[in-house]
Amino acid sequence: MTTLTHDRIGAHPPHAHGPTGLMRWVTTTNHKDIGTMYLIFSFMMFLSGGVMALTIRAELFQPGLQVVQPEFFNQLTTMHGLVMVFGAIMPAFVGFANWMIPLMIGASDMAFARMNNWSFWLLPPAAILLLGSFFVPGGATAAGWTLYAPLSVQMGMGMDMAIFAIHIMGVSSIMGAINIVVTVLNMRAPGMNMMRMPLFCWTWLITAYLLIAVMPVLAGAVTMILTDRHFGTSFFNAAGGGDPVMYQHIFWFFGHPEVYIMILPAFGIISQVIPTFSRKPLFGYASMVYATSSIAILSFSVWAHHMFATGMPAAGQLFFMYATMLIAVPTGVKVFNWVATMWRGSLSFETPMLWATGFLLVFTIGGFTGLICAIAPIDIQLQDTYYVVAHFHYVLVAGSLFALFAGAYYWLPKWTGHMPSEFLGKLHFWCSIVFFNITFFPMHFLGLAGMPRRIPDYALQFADFNAMASIGAFGFGLSQLIFLVVVLKCIRGGKKAEAQSWEGAEGLEWTVPSPAPHHTFEDAPVLAKA
Amino acid sequence: MGFAGRIAGSSLLFGYVSGVFAQDAPSRFNLQHPVTRIASEIYSMHTLMLIICLVIFIAVFGVMFWSVFHHRKSRGAVAANFHENTAVEIAWTVIPVLILLGMAWPATKTVIAMKDTSNPDITIKATGYQWKWGYDYLQGEGEGIRFLSGLSTPRTQISGAEAKGESYLLEVDNPVVVPVGKKIRVLVTAADVIHSWWMPAFGVKQDAIPGFIRDTWFTADKEGIYRGNCAELCGKDHGFMPIEVHVVSADKYTEWVASQQAQATSASAEDTREWALAELVERGGKVFAANCAACHQADGKGLPPVFPALDGSPVVAGDKAGQIEVVLKGRAGTAMAAFGSQLSDAEIAAVITYTRNAWGNKSGEAVQPADVIAGR
Repeated sequence: MTTLTHDRIGAHPPHAHGPTGLMRWVTTTNHKDIGTMYLIFSFMMFLSGGVMALTIRAELFQPGLQVVQPEFFNQLTTMHGLVMVFGAIMPAFVGFANWMIPLMIGASDMAFARMNNWSFWLLPPAAILLLGSFFVPGGATAAGWTLYAPLSVQMGMGMDMAIFAIHIMGVSSIMGAINIVVTVLNMRAPGMNMMRMPLFCWTWLITAYLLIAVMPVLAGAVTMILTDRHFGTSFFNAAGGGDPVMYQHIFWFFGHPEVYIMILPAFGIISQVIPTFSRKPLFGYASMVYATSSIAILSFSVWAHHMFATGMPAAGQLFFMYATMLIAVPTGVKVFNWVATMWRGSLSFETPMLWATGFLLVFTIGGFTGLICAIAPIDIQLQDTYYVVAHFHYVLVAGSLFALFAGAYYWLPKWTGHMPSEFLGKLHFWCSIVFFNITFFPMHFLGLAGMPRRIPDYALQFADFNAMASIGAFGFGLSQLIFLVVVLKCIRGGKKAEAQSWEGAEGLEWTVPSPAPHHTFEDAPVLAKA
Repeated sequence: MGFAGRIAGSSLLFGYVSGVFAQDAPSRFNLQHPVTRIASEIYSMHTLMLIICLVIFIAVFGVMFWSVFHHRKSRGAVAANFHENTAVEIAWTVIPVLILLGMAWPATKTVIAMKDTSNPDITIKATGYQWKWGYDYLQGEGEGIRFLSGLSTPRTQISGAEAKGESYLLEVDNPVVVPVGKKIRVLVTAADVIHSWWMPAFGVKQDAIPGFIRDTWFTADKEGIYRGNCAELCGKDHGFMPIEVHVVSADKYTEWVASQQAQATSASAEDTREWALAELVERGGKVFAANCAACHQADGKGLPPVFPALDGSPVVAGDKAGQIEVVLKGRAGTAMAAFGSQLSDAEIAAVITYTRNAWGNKSGEAVQPADVIAGR
């Protein structure tokens, strides 16, 4: 097998790439090129979603209507959610998977290289459909990112565009997930058994299974909305024998695993970064794997905790409350393991470690507010208030996004061959964490005191905290431009990165030169016996 | 307020907060001051949870920050090499399970109490419309009373042309009135999309689902005016459909019931008499402002293509029977609601007459309540 592989690769000159210029990117099947495109795409979507968020915050700066009208406001909140979830966070993690999984397991590329190209190139048309819907008559969908029926049945053609965009992005995600599963299961270097895999690969393997399980469910839900809208079906219309609440069950059967799709790879990145800068192996590797799997399995039996206010029977509320509380256990195990990894290590706080430590602190706040929301009677008060907005931004921004930044600073030397600027990286971190908390911490108070979410105007007692959140949001938004500068500087030059760019870094990705050559591991690496 | 509430009340932070804000001032940092048993239980449970979470948070991150400051490479720390410890790992799996069991117990009791809607003194049906609430008193004292309840904050306050009032966006034209200390069962439903009937001080939030009826209950222990909002995104004016409940003494409630019943008698007389054109237009202008202007706009230009213009509309210019049909039955698949169940015959006749004689529409034609009855 080894000789065969070698012969096949030997048949090509070492640097014979295909087309150059734009066509290189359109036709590429190289996991590193595709990873780069995913990351650029997701950053562009992150900025678009960010502009929407800032428009929302500008409107909410003061009571009264000043900047936008209610209809457009609802379009902005809806599209901010859709763009950030499906355009920014999910593709960014797929980009990391593309770049890093083959390098971490010693594979030459992803298993299905052509499908990999296709799964990326589906995304730009989907993004054009989604963002383009702002410009059609009636504007973008304004039904909330959850697209609850029957409100979503009332929308204009922007809703249909969003449905097709979701279909396309779903296809892309499923193909990406299949690719990751097959790569991880079949293409590991000899000697790398499952329990020696870097944790990032483990978390992505589990995430990929979640994606394959739930993306078709979402596609089904939005297709039923489509047929209710245009073809006279009554899936969600009680007058025709349907049930609006059934949409919520189907949506959240997708939606809850979806939140773990957005956080498990983040756990993986953090589990790579913390041991490196603690110069100490990850504490409880096996329990991390089991905790991740438990979270994934439990995530299928908690969906209706998003629906406590729909009026389900007491038995239903109790079941979903207990199941949800149970998720705190494996999540707690993970946090304890990370802290134990740092305990008696030899710590240094380069930029990636700052982000990882920040993640740990702020993500845990989001975890605790999640536990509080899990208690059904408390959730009756908090459901659809700013408390929930605060909660999910603590887990999705301080969780997923901060982990993405930790990973980006960690692997930028491998991607570009230059060390990112420590000064700018640290500035980016400190601005982000301070402004993040100024933006989202007051929202806990707003929600407790009774401010509903998704409203363009509010009662006067909420004015002070809203003004504070808006100021924080603009600070946070502008801070992200620092990251753009760091990356551009890093691509153009800077301190040369060594193969092992960080002192404590371990793993196969640090055995190849920096920047990683176009083709790596054409010969499978040999792992030392454990 | 329960044991946990008392701990919190005596602690420094909460002492400060409750000291600065008197009981009846709007809440700013914490859940609103509870006035039902359920809301009190929720309030104490939240305080207890918050304290437990804070203690765990401080313990875990105390350890982390100890490491951050003492186990630094720059301070000469040398990394240990341990990477597992079965006893510790079992402990930090089992102990959280026990803590969770402790939290689940009071929560379970409250869930069961919240669901007990049996033996109410008064039953009220709340129906969510885009964007107002309709109330029907179905059983108990006041049976038969029905009215619509919409935002009473003037649009000029929202646009900033006028200073905002004290209850900005939390005030309605017709509040719900209930007697103090009586068990009120609320049946919640909707006519168009999903809404949610939320009264924070009562610990009640129930989604209003079109085609289905769900129920919830409350017994308010203290007289006063309580305010809430629709809590489920329901379209353009989701932020502008508040809920206002007046909890009054038994005597005042009886008075209110009598006055409502007197109004209902005079309203039914309206439906049977013949109206003059000017009278219809004047009344119709008020009905239009309260029910139609949110979508079709005060100037009748609408917000096309979702909310069509009425000024120059072929439906308004066409045969009156066609327009009566649309107003009574709504248009399926659009935001146009069926007003037949919301407005009286006189109100529908008035508002149709108004639209046919306002802006550029000059039919000069009066639509009588009898025409509406014929169209039903």
